[in-house]
Amino acid sequence: MSDVVEKTLTALPSLLSLDSQPGSAKLSTNSKLGSLIRGITELTSKHEEEKLIQRELSSIKEQVSSPNTTMRQMKELMVRTIYCEMLGYEATFSYIHAIKLAQQGNVLEKRVGYLAVSLFLNESHELLLLLVNTVLKDLQSTNLIEVCMALTVVSQMFPKDMIPAILPLVEEKLNHSKEIIRRKAVLALYKFYLIAPNQVQHIHNRFRKALCDKDPGVMSASLHIYLQLIQENPESYKDLTASFVTILKQVVAGKLPMDFNYHSVPAPWLQIQLLRILSLLGKSDQSTSEVMYEILDESLRRAEMNHNITYAILYECVKCIYTIHPKSELLEKAAKVIGNFVLSQRINLKYLGLKALTYVVHQDPRLALQHQMTIIECLDHPDVIIKRETLELLFRITNDQNVTVIVEKMLDFMSINKEDHTTADLVGKVAELAEKYAPDNEWFVETMNTVFSVGGDTLQPDIPNSFLKLLSEGFDDEEENKKLRLFAVNSYISLLQGEPSKLPQRFLQAICWVLGEYSHLREDVEPDLVLRLLVKLLNIKSTSSETKSWILMAMTKLCSGGAPLSVPLEVSETYSSSMDTMLRQRAQELQYLSQNPELQARVLPRGVSQEPMEVDSSLSFLDGFVSEALAAGAAPYKPPHQRQEELSRSKALSLEPYGLSLPISMSSCSIADRQSPTLLSVSSGLSGDRTDHSHKGGSTTLKLDGVRRVWGKEGYLAQRESAEETAPVEAPSPLQPLVQQGDGDASYSQTPTPIPECEQEKQQLASSLFVGLASQSSVCLMGKSEQTSQRFRRKLKDPAASFPSSTQNPLVSPPSSVGHLLLDSSISSDLISSPEQTHLSSVDLTVANGEVELPDRDMKGIKSTLLREDSALAAGSSPHEELDRPKDSCLTSHLPAELSGLPHSEITPLCTSPSLDLSSCHVQKDDSLVLLVFMKSSSDYDIQQIQVQVTCEELEVSCVCDSPVEELKSHGVVVCQYFLTVKSPSVYFVLSGMMSHQIPDNSLQETQFSHRIPLTSFLRPLRLSTEEYGTMWLAFSHDTKQNLPLMMDAEEPLTATLKVLKDKLQLHVVEIIGNEGIVACCLRQDQPCLLHCRVHAGMLAVWLRSPIPELPDCLLYHCQRALQES
Amino acid sequence: MLISSLFMRMSLTTHSFLSSFHSHLCFVISSFQMQFMLLFSRQGKLRLQKWYVPLSDKEKKKITRELVQTVLARKPKMCSFLEWRDLKIVYKRYASLYFCCATEGQDNELITLEIIHRYVELLDKYFGSVCELDIIFNFEKAYFILDEFLLGGEAQETSKKNVLKAIEQADLLQEVRGLTILMRRQTQTHVYTSRLPQTSQSC
Repeated sequence: MSDVVEKTLTALPSLLSLDSQPGSAKLSTNSKLGSLIRGITELTSKHEEEKLIQRELSSIKEQVSSPNTTMRQMKELMVRTIYCEMLGYEATFSYIHAIKLAQQGNVLEKRVGYLAVSLFLNESHELLLLLVNTVLKDLQSTNLIEVCMALTVVSQMFPKDMIPAILPLVEEKLNHSKEIIRRKAVLALYKFYLIAPNQVQHIHNRFRKALCDKDPGVMSASLHIYLQLIQENPESYKDLTASFVTILKQVVAGKLPMDFNYHSVPAPWLQIQLLRILSLLGKSDQSTSEVMYEILDESLRRAEMNHNITYAILYECVKCIYTIHPKSELLEKAAKVIGNFVLSQRINLKYLGLKALTYVVHQDPRLALQHQMTIIECLDHPDVIIKRETLELLFRITNDQNVTVIVEKMLDFMSINKEDHTTADLVGKVAELAEKYAPDNEWFVETMNTVFSVGGDTLQPDIPNSFLKLLSEGFDDEEENKKLRLFAVNSYISLLQGEPSKLPQRFLQAICWVLGEYSHLREDVEPDLVLRLLVKLLNIKSTSSETKSWILMAMTKLCSGGAPLSVPLEVSETYSSSMDTMLRQRAQELQYLSQNPELQARVLPRGVSQEPMEVDSSLSFLDGFVSEALAAGAAPYKPPHQRQEELSRSKALSLEPYGLSLPISMSSCSIADRQSPTLLSVSSGLSGDRTDHSHKGGSTTLKLDGVRRVWGKEGYLAQRESAEETAPVEAPSPLQPLVQQGDGDASYSQTPTPIPECEQEKQQLASSLFVGLASQSSVCLMGKSEQTSQRFRRKLKDPAASFPSSTQNPLVSPPSSVGHLLLDSSISSDLISSPEQTHLSSVDLTVANGEVELPDRDMKGIKSTLLREDSALAAGSSPHEELDRPKDSCLTSHLPAELSGLPHSEITPLCTSPSLDLSSCHVQKDDSLVLLVFMKSSSDYDIQQIQVQVTCEELEVSCVCDSPVEELKSHGVVVCQYFLTVKSPSVYFVLSGMMSHQIPDNSLQETQFSHRIPLTSFLRPLRLSTEEYGTMWLAFSHDTKQNLPLMMDAEEPLTATLKVLKDKLQLHVVEIIGNEGIVACCLRQDQPCLLHCRVHAGMLAVWLRSPIPELPDCLLYHCQRALQES
Repeated sequence: MLISSLFMRMSLTTHSFLSSFHSHLCFVISSFQMQFMLLFSRQGKLRLQKWYVPLSDKEKKKITRELVQTVLARKPKMCSFLEWRDLKIVYKRYASLYFCCATEGQDNELITLEIIHRYVELLDKYFGSVCELDIIFNFEKAYFILDEFLLGGEAQETSKKNVLKAIEQADLLQEVRGLTILMRRQTQTHVYTSRLPQTSQSC
């Protein structure tokens, strides 16, 4: 192969420069592009190239704008422009001409025009709008090639807002006689689905037709759409499982035309796509999974050829087998495949093997054990990517026994790695592991020090936050806490005595906080020494002003003990004239507090445990000031949205029936640019908008939970039980001694051949890495596991018990910390930064959050069920799907008589215990919602003392009878009623409950369950007159705007859309005038929400207002859903 | 005791709902779609670029520069996969040309590798023993073929015959078709132009 390369290299210049050679003559002289390329090749410097291209571009510019240029010349010019752009030179002037070429040229010129457009522009480019007409024309063309080109460009980019314009034409193409057109139309619809899912909601059954298309190309194109759809909602496509299995069967059996084969493997891409779909369908669903076992087995069997493509299929099969409901026979085969991958000499396969191992290791830790030696070899692999993947695998198998070794390996890797993204990722993982499994204080502090210094300023901001939180909250053992803090202080003092200028700012900030809070723990060190260290830090040039204010804060805390005042005085003097207002503020505080020990002691109490602070977020202490100002004639405060509205009202004549005008901007407002008031309130922090009080609470709690934590509290150890149950480990022979090591050294000495030294090292490493993974033996070996693993777990506290710096006192916290901590950690978690998700985050904030950690797997499990409305799930155990329907129908007869006439939801199973089945449904009464819990005995004996408790943070739950059910006859049914009213709205309310009952041997059995109710169940129509609506509208302060899809196919789109909303959400349509409609609803009589709907540009612009802050956002979510579903 | 455990339980479920709601949305955005494809020479010259995600010119240039550097620095026996930022890069060298694709982390890298290979096969069939020069001088053709094979980052048509049929149909209308054929023949007879090895499957 290198020969070939050499030849090419020598051939290149000669080809380009020597005209005597026949080939090159044709290539280079016949076209202007050729001469351009040749010209560039002859150049020697980058500078010359730049000059040449600029010359070329200006000549092109001149020609394209000349009226005499024919389309044919234009095509040639465009090709050259593409070339220049590819070299990295901008040619924006040509974009409009590319569109013109696509518009006016003949087929060939058009083709180049479209190509140029697709290369130059992207989805959001404004010039793309000019292309819409051309596309429309070409879609209607009788020339197939033109239609193809139009569809091709549409599937690559199309302005989202213009989709409705061409959608009918594209849909029509699904019935075209040519398969290539059908295929492209399917892909265009796929593209539409990706960028604007609600636009193509109505053509779902067309996709089914495409799936059944006789042309395999069309069928496989439709799979792209299905993969997406099923990813989002696997439940609604379960019925297609059999069809997908049949298709895969046919493909595997080679029933497709030969030209779909790739290296004699039948349609591999199609196979992989189908396997992906099947794994989504079969995930935690036994009956669906059973349908596919046979074909998976067949696929594994068929893919035996030694070629990359078969390995790709095998990999997908393995992933599928481990995702769906497990079958031991298949798992065994899959494990073997993974083994082959990992042991393969081919590096690409090895990589994929490691990746598969990482994927499956939490299900089957034995696999990691089997391959421990390979894994260790991979740790020292010369290729970084292999190392990286190995670390990822190790991260997954970390427990409290191997944590030190694994973290060491990770830190080693970081020291040689130069790539920021990887470092940031690994640093986060190390911090997570350290927090979860740290064996002792020294190790923890030192590891965190490394994390901070290596991570530098790429560090995720939540790492220092949670570190400080851990230090301040501590553990249950006071003595331990003190030791940890003291150790941190010691380590930081020595760090500052070294060369602090090299430490990253985030680290310095953390150091300052710790020293300020805890340096008094070290009695032998004078505060003066610490103060001087901090001053030294202040004087370093590279210290940022943010860090400086942390330093000043630390100084303020240190000055309390009657220390010599000269240092802080000097410092505060210097900074009280600083240009930075924050620094100035801190300096003033330092000056004032250091001179006033009494106040100091009150503001900064020392040694007080971190009780939750009462924060007066309504700023009531300013009331006096405000009333004074008002008395002096100041204007009263108005929230921003009110101001804006007044502004717009004063601008235009009001023609609306209830006296308001919509700002013009509303029509163009979409999901992306919408600013919800909830968000505003959070980001504006202490703006003094009192009504938003509750959100602030919400946001503080939000930031507290480790959102990124996919591992449960138990860490990897949770898996140990299952590992114990499994059969003895079948390790390859050289590993035998290792596995048995825990039983004693006897087997070690029995090893017949002496092990070479390096082997021994590796084996030692293996034993330290894989300890705690396999069997009890290794657990006993270390003995202390349980105790240590407890150590660094955070105490579960009331979420409001907030974070270290700002809780103690609003004054104490460094200036930035309120803003910074709040913003950085609560909001920054990707919510606000990405515009698409903005509306989500506001929904999110309305729900108070607890401290939550869920293992990754659980969340996935829940996800599928969550997509169904009202789905019930038994917490802790898998959903009980075997509860069959007939039971439910018989439960209906147990509905209490007074409720039987009212509409009730479907009866869903809640949970099952050995002797008792719980189901529930809710009944809508006019003024409230009643939750019914049916308890059905399935045992042969009577059950006593059944008690069911239901709670929900956002709901008021009152039980009709509080006393426990004394006795439930065998196979009898008892019904409990609960009245629910909304305390604070949320998109869904999750009720959690606990059922306990006595079983015959008098022991108490407890089962937990949860039940989900959408907000819609609480909605009631609010009957109003237009006048009343008008007055209410002006009185409400919380609003939200968004564009929703309109039912375009109806005769009167507005009326039809509002009717859907009315029917589905129980809204009351007050009045419809022209293209506007007003709608009202309420939760309780005092919780109304008003909607103003207006048809604009094919969309329904909805403006919601309510006195309840969260309600508009929640309701909007359901409106969106209701319209999408219909 | 009971109440506090209930409280914990409840917050647990609330949160799980929210986070799964998020991951659900993230799923919509993430797909198995290819992010972009780059072709560059051993000297680091870009020969073809196709972006399936909207990015600014500045970002594109930055990515291209960094990626070309990273890939060129890798030794021949190394893994064909590469983690780069949060993307997975799959690359393969054919003679003097590097083919480089970026996908999201969860995709199956081997199949991406085979997509590259199929594209090379298509080029080879169309140009008849394709070499780098064919792609340099007829890059627009290479784009046309790519667009027939991959559309919007997804495999559109995997049948070699069908892809080429579509291209040829469009080509039929070309007035200068004679020239193209002539040019292709010239390339074929040229001894120095190397073929892109298509049978080698070494990893």
